[in-house]
Amino acid sequence: MEYEAVIGLEVHVQLKTKSKLFCGCATGFGAEPNTLVCPVCLGYPGVLPVINEEAVRKTILAGLMLECEIARFSKWDRKNYFYPDMPKNYQISQYDLPLCRGGHVGKFGITRIHLEEDVAKSFHFAASSGVDFNRAGTPLMEIVSQPDLRSPEDAFEYLTTLKEILVSGGVSDCDMEKGQLRCDANVSVRPVGQQSFGEKVEIKNMNSISGVRRALAYEIQRQIAALKRGEKIVQETRRWDDEAGVTSVMRTKEYAHDYRYFPEPDLMPVTVSDAWLEEIRRSVPELPEAKRRRFVEQYGLPEYDAEVLVADAAVAAYYEEAAACSKNPKAISNWIMTELLGRFADNKMAPAQLAELVAAIDSGQISGKMAKEVFAEMFATGKSASVIIREKGLSQISDAAALEAWVEQAMAAHPQSVADFKAGNTAAINFLKGQVMKLSRGKANPQLVGEILARKLQKA
Amino acid sequence: MSLHTLPVWQLRQKLRQGEVSPREATQALLDRIAAVDGKVKGYLWLNADDALAQADAARNGGALAGVPIAIKDVINVEGQPCTCASKILQGYIAPYDATVIRKLREAGAILLGRTNMDEFAMGSSTEHSCWGITCNPWDLTRIPGGSSGGSAAVVAADEAFAALGSDTGGSIRQPAALCGCVGLKPTYGRVSRYGLVAFASSLDQIGPLTKDVRDAALLLGVIAGHDPLDSTSVPREVPDYLAGLERGIKGLRIGLPKEYFIPGMDKEVEAVVRAAIRHLESLGTEVVDISLPHTDYAVAVYYLVATAEASANLARFDGIRYGLRVRGEDVIDTYAKTRGAGFGPEVKRRIILGTYALSAGYYDAYYLRAQKVRTLIRQDFEKAFAVCDVIVTPTTPEVAFRVGEKTSDPLKMYLSDIFTISANLAGNCGVSVPCGFAQKLPVGLQILGKPFDEETVLRVAYAYEQTTAWHKERPVL
Amino acid sequence: MSQEKPQFDISYVAHLARLELTEAERQQFSAQLQNVLAYVAKLNELDVSNVEPTAHAVPLTNVLRKDELRPSIERARILANAPEAARDLFITPKIVE
Repeated sequence: MEYEAVIGLEVHVQLKTKSKLFCGCATGFGAEPNTLVCPVCLGYPGVLPVINEEAVRKTILAGLMLECEIARFSKWDRKNYFYPDMPKNYQISQYDLPLCRGGHVGKFGITRIHLEEDVAKSFHFAASSGVDFNRAGTPLMEIVSQPDLRSPEDAFEYLTTLKEILVSGGVSDCDMEKGQLRCDANVSVRPVGQQSFGEKVEIKNMNSISGVRRALAYEIQRQIAALKRGEKIVQETRRWDDEAGVTSVMRTKEYAHDYRYFPEPDLMPVTVSDAWLEEIRRSVPELPEAKRRRFVEQYGLPEYDAEVLVADAAVAAYYEEAAACSKNPKAISNWIMTELLGRFADNKMAPAQLAELVAAIDSGQISGKMAKEVFAEMFATGKSASVIIREKGLSQISDAAALEAWVEQAMAAHPQSVADFKAGNTAAINFLKGQVMKLSRGKANPQLVGEILARKLQKA
Repeated sequence: MSLHTLPVWQLRQKLRQGEVSPREATQALLDRIAAVDGKVKGYLWLNADDALAQADAARNGGALAGVPIAIKDVINVEGQPCTCASKILQGYIAPYDATVIRKLREAGAILLGRTNMDEFAMGSSTEHSCWGITCNPWDLTRIPGGSSGGSAAVVAADEAFAALGSDTGGSIRQPAALCGCVGLKPTYGRVSRYGLVAFASSLDQIGPLTKDVRDAALLLGVIAGHDPLDSTSVPREVPDYLAGLERGIKGLRIGLPKEYFIPGMDKEVEAVVRAAIRHLESLGTEVVDISLPHTDYAVAVYYLVATAEASANLARFDGIRYGLRVRGEDVIDTYAKTRGAGFGPEVKRRIILGTYALSAGYYDAYYLRAQKVRTLIRQDFEKAFAVCDVIVTPTTPEVAFRVGEKTSDPLKMYLSDIFTISANLAGNCGVSVPCGFAQKLPVGLQILGKPFDEETVLRVAYAYEQTTAWHKERPVL
Repeated sequence: MSQEKPQFDISYVAHLARLELTEAERQQFSAQLQNVLAYVAKLNELDVSNVEPTAHAVPLTNVLRKDELRPSIERARILANAPEAARDLFITPKIVE
């Protein structure tokens, strides 16, 4: 019997705001423990939350980018449960009226997106645990997918696409290592053709996108193997161990999850007006997929180039500025991909200057080899190509008469090579070419030298 | 001159004129407290040196410059404990000021002492304090009311010029009535709740307990106003409550709800209140019979909505970040032991009731239904205020009962809130003013107003007060 | 809603609320709260099918604040209130997942 997997992903994304969701403490990773806290995010007696407008805005922006329906009326609810990483032992979240509904990540549907506060971080020692509340109160977007995914690869695709979109919109940096994007999965298997879903298992503790793929691959196999043995799948929560490569049952939480949701009395609902929605809509950037397609069509670039360039917004912008004043967008792409990526921040060369360099090569003013020298100087100093070429006297010599003279000189000085060439050793032309370059102190246009040599050798 | 017997507005005049210094006023109070608080037991915490230091540093100019004010132990004052009369907050020192405290400080007030209360504001007698009871200054064998019993008692006993309390179901008005002083519950959203330890988030309000109506108007003017730290505070200008006090009340329509003169109430109390109403009529007002048909359901609604909200608000007391911790075998056990040891029985009862009302399978039948009936209660008031300007009722169905009389039957205790609770559910404002005595104990007249119409409520209260002498009565201690 | 006595399992509810009760409390509270629940059942007398619940006491929306920083509190002050603190963390009994 053939089985297929049904996967749903629940992703939590920390929003890239300056301050937390309900108080003015800074958001941030890696700060000294318990230094980004105040009575509000610590759940002190008597405190009250106040909503960060930017968090709402970014959530709506994400919703627009994922083509969700934005709720015109949205509210807040208390989700009640006790845990040491919960300052109030209730989490302010959204239950029945979230900010966004529907939408999709690539070809996979999503159910909803809502905004809630993040919990604190615990550290575990031998006989005790310690809690750092820096993270508590960070704005968190929860994105729930439809159970549309069918394979670990789907999950990988879902997460990379989601990350790419959210990063492009400035919604989040989605760095999983910093906890800015966290993913839990619900996995079940069923015989191919069966309409109803199998018993689903929740998988937690997947700390990278490839880790998600690995965990799902293991879990799907585990479930199929169990079913084939005649066992039933128990609805439970399992923990992925990336090192051991297995999922195992988590100590089932002793309390049943009766969250006792009720409307948050301390916070007022959010109504999104037409005007506000339009304003946010105008700030939706070109989505990465669309941008890649445009780069291919507009600049005639191969898909590979488009992918590389679009991956970083600053690089893409740089490319477009350079390509706008160049007749050779492919060459621009090549230069950026081979020479600028990886040290983009230190680059002093302006986009138009790169275009000028490419034009100088294409016109034969300088050789490809010299161009590398020029590029290095442009990168370090920000001087334009023409200035550097002039200062260093690097212009290639393309004057036919001068080149012919050197070619004849080289041929005369090395008759053996000429003879070798005539005898069928075509490689001898390279030696002669090298000699011409030497005579010209490297300034001869190598392409033209090659043509003239070929012509003269023919006649010799 | 018995300095401690002055109301705030008179003390302020003397301070302004230099007749009296803030230190003298503070010392007079401290002397009075030393003399009688052993009997009244209204104060939980007092730092005489700190108060005198504040007095010496007091500068003239603010609305309350140099005036000591007592604070109910449920409001955060930086550097002071805030126990909410609960063991679970033992050791907690507030690292911040509530907004109302910041406003008092800006007005130049001296923060003098913290007063007793029912634990986490849950109670109507101040018998549910972990620190012990407070006694009604008019009869030390009786309760002062609750939950702001300490604040009411110290004002009535001239141990404070004025005090702040909190009102969720009547906790300012009811003790004010039972102790013979003035107690005002502002409209929900009029005064910031930031820094008030939350009991029921959609019902709580901070308000003044004072010796007379002018003082209540004065204090309200200082603490009222929009607060960006409280999303439920309303961005509405604060009028000059003092300016309108003396405008008179001729022609105003006084609504008398028939549901508030119930067969079960004390006959003498009823007589005193009816006499007060006749007095209001004699001042030129028109009495209008009205009905608030859902009054009978108010207590039931309250004990579902308030306890539900409280069950969540009190979840934060878990021994992790502040307060008491009783170590258990693991984290869950630590929670259970800490909360079991730290909370008193009334608090536990209410948390259990509130948790139940929200729990799976019961939410619709209890919490949701109660919130719907709450809407009906609110609509009752809206309809009533179409035909009257204020609504007048007894504040309580009886006078102060004896210590221990109602503690064995929580439901009986709950029912004594019957007249005050609806105003919290509807969000209206209300004041209780002394209107006489029954069995030699104070009786309160409650005046309820439309949302944000404290001005009219205060005006009616002032007119009544100034043409009677109840507010000048003092208990003998 | 039916008129039967509500099923009130006090041990379960106390556990939801993380409250340890003594046996005496369990019995006493159970009886007292059964009384209260019987009393609040009077709300069933009313027809609320067309009534909206009061979610908020004041009809405000969009109460939002700008994404600006406010000073945090010094660590020493908050750890001073902690029942147990070490290594700049709030220490709790070991949390087992």
